[in-house]
Amino acid sequence: MKTVILTLTNPSELMLEGQNITPDNFAGKKAAEIATLDVWEGKQKGPLGRYFTVEGDGGATAAETKIILRGDCTRVKRIGQQMTAGEIIIEGNADMYIGGWMKGGKIHVKGNVDSFCGIGMEGGELVIDGEAYHHLGSSPRGEWRGMKGGLIRVAGNVGNDTATFINGGTIIIGGDADIHVSTHGEGGTVIIKGNAKGRVGGQMVKGDIYVYGTIENPLPGFKLVDEVEQEVDGEKARFAHYIGDLGERHPVSKGKPVYANIYTRI
Amino acid sequence: MTELLIKNGSVFDPLQGIKGDRMDIAIKDGKIVETSTLSNPKTIDAAGMAVMAGGVDIHSHVVGPKVNVGRLFRPEDKLFKSPLKKSTRMEMGFSVPSTFKTGYDYARMGYVFVNEAAMPPLHSPHVHEEIRDTPIIDNAAMPVFGNNWFTFEYLKNHEIENNAAYTAWLLRATRGFGIKVVNPGGSEAWGWGLNCEHIHDPVPYFDITPAQIIKGLIETNEYLGLPHSMHLHANNLGNPGNYVDTLESLKLAEGYAPKNNFGRDQVMHVTHLQFHAYGGDSWGNVESKSKEIMDYVNAHDNITVDLGQVTLDETTTMTADGPFEHHLRALNNLKWANVDVELETAAGVVPYIYSPNVKVCTIQWAVGLELALLSKDLMRTYITTDHPNAGPFTRYPQVITWLMNRAARDETMKTFKWLDRTIESTCIDSIDRELSLYEIAQMTRAGPAKALGVSNTYGGLAPGMDADVAIYHLNPEDMPSDPAAIEKAFARCAWLVKDGVVAVRDGEIVAEPAKRTIWVDVKVPENTQVQRDIYEHFLRHYSVQLENYSLFEEHLHNPRVIEVDTTQ
Repeated sequence: MKTVILTLTNPSELMLEGQNITPDNFAGKKAAEIATLDVWEGKQKGPLGRYFTVEGDGGATAAETKIILRGDCTRVKRIGQQMTAGEIIIEGNADMYIGGWMKGGKIHVKGNVDSFCGIGMEGGELVIDGEAYHHLGSSPRGEWRGMKGGLIRVAGNVGNDTATFINGGTIIIGGDADIHVSTHGEGGTVIIKGNAKGRVGGQMVKGDIYVYGTIENPLPGFKLVDEVEQEVDGEKARFAHYIGDLGERHPVSKGKPVYANIYTRI
Repeated sequence: MTELLIKNGSVFDPLQGIKGDRMDIAIKDGKIVETSTLSNPKTIDAAGMAVMAGGVDIHSHVVGPKVNVGRLFRPEDKLFKSPLKKSTRMEMGFSVPSTFKTGYDYARMGYVFVNEAAMPPLHSPHVHEEIRDTPIIDNAAMPVFGNNWFTFEYLKNHEIENNAAYTAWLLRATRGFGIKVVNPGGSEAWGWGLNCEHIHDPVPYFDITPAQIIKGLIETNEYLGLPHSMHLHANNLGNPGNYVDTLESLKLAEGYAPKNNFGRDQVMHVTHLQFHAYGGDSWGNVESKSKEIMDYVNAHDNITVDLGQVTLDETTTMTADGPFEHHLRALNNLKWANVDVELETAAGVVPYIYSPNVKVCTIQWAVGLELALLSKDLMRTYITTDHPNAGPFTRYPQVITWLMNRAARDETMKTFKWLDRTIESTCIDSIDRELSLYEIAQMTRAGPAKALGVSNTYGGLAPGMDADVAIYHLNPEDMPSDPAAIEKAFARCAWLVKDGVVAVRDGEIVAEPAKRTIWVDVKVPENTQVQRDIYEHFLRHYSVQLENYSLFEEHLHNPRVIEVDTTQ
């Protein structure tokens, strides 16, 4: 695997749209070619090299390309958007849409990220050591087919509207979640190791949510059915098991209606 | 002004009966002229290419409030589908494209005239503002009458003269083109949470039936002698077994003859017929009844139809048939928008995915093509996708290819999950007919222009007509065997000349000649009773004042008025 190191030496005045910073776009290119790829600052298009110094060449394929971003990328958006393979390491913070629509590969952010990270995700892995903001692993605006697969792991807290319209894949949150988790969910798993504020699983049809702490305002559409012991993210625990959202339509499988599940740790 | 000579092309002009003859087309001052009148023209070498008049679309939802609702509530329709191109305005969206993309894409396909299929009269300013923003193509818009309180009250008592006076007033107030009827009575019944599925179901409160509305509006249309006929979206759209209702609706035109000075031969245009030609009694056993429907249409030449061809795409349905959209959202559980327009209509919008893996969708696909392939008169059968209801208009080249090439149909059918059951429930597999370029020209320009009553200006290449010429990379003497080549040729015309200006070259927009709004101004004798009725209704029932209702002149963009005088 070959490594390309991007160092932000000349920060943009406006936020930088960096959707070309992916292993797919860097693969097969020399450092000098990578520096000519387009990024957008507002409506102005410029070469990547205007803002970053580029060291190292891309690998032959995306899977053989690793990108390391250094410097303060708090205002660089869309890193790793639509990537299919390879690896990106962001050594500090990053802005919105990191790993949006990603299909494969791995992104590791060592700091915090803003909203819309991992939206429309289909596969791969997005690991955030700090916190994430709103719409983590959510569906793009208007879209009713949300996250389809992959894994998002956030060590800290997340904002609201996590996993809207989730269809598959897993989101693991180490801290607390703000309101609206898995709204309209039709599959997938969300694990919240801290507390959740409320509106957890609203209009959810299918899929699972685990909350280790408390749900401040649980929804009336969920009903306690039993207690279960389950292994979650490598550890075993006992959970109170709720089904719902009972106000929604539910698909029928083998003659029985399928419900969404919320598990809260006992 | 500039002179232009299109040389040596194979010309297809069904209005003049020209079937691919090699000839020159001369253009001067934005009009087609005799070749002898040119002195020093620029020339376009069209040797080995098909030359046709600019395309005419009889039924498409491209401008107005419900289209905009579709744009607003489907941002995902634009996601990663909005390439930034040089020299044109921002083009966005797939099933509900931006106004700019609408104009450009129609032009790229060689179209010059698009008839907006449903204008809610109250929102006509919005319609006209979007017409202004849709580049290149000329537009007309038909206000909806089929659920209008005035229309109900006049037609219930069979007051054709009064209804005609009201119709003339509304056409002028909205700068409208003709009489559109959407689910007559049904959209008004939707106000009570009901529908009129059959043409003899009475409308609640008004106690009039869809049959009375349809007949009354045919009579009104012929009383006025409008360029276009009554344009009908029949009752009970999209339900299994609805072909019985469709046949009953078609029969309502019996005994009526067209009366107009515009060369129109029909009294009823039935739109998106594909949605109205289903047998069976449930989605489990739905089947094609295209034969029954087309046998009737073929035998009755006072009816014209368009297809509403399903293109197997993810699209956005939108219609002034409010109850149908509610019914549809219950089927697919996706988002739904619903709008009530006071005394006039009620529209709905729902996204829909026509999937080759779903049996009903593939049967719908077959039904649309069968209607065209079973038609004996393609001057009365037109290509539409009821854009965007059955698919976006940008799929017309694909529809043309399916109609022209059996192999293209077979190739598409191979992708069907339920191929055997689709073949069982339809007759598409037994039809070998492949349409010719001449027949395609009938279905996409000459026919629609004639039915709209604008065949003196659009749809043909006779001297005196507008210089709207589309030239396609297709050699009729050496047609490509690869269906994809036909599709590509129709998707990106080699040249489009609009009003004598080259607007498209090799599928790229090179100029934006001025576009027009076509509307029909009808002179009727003064009718004080109708004037009083209008005044009263606005006083009691409308949310706007009469003085603020009619379109202000500044909303009307570059008008071309078609005048009709009934006072003489």
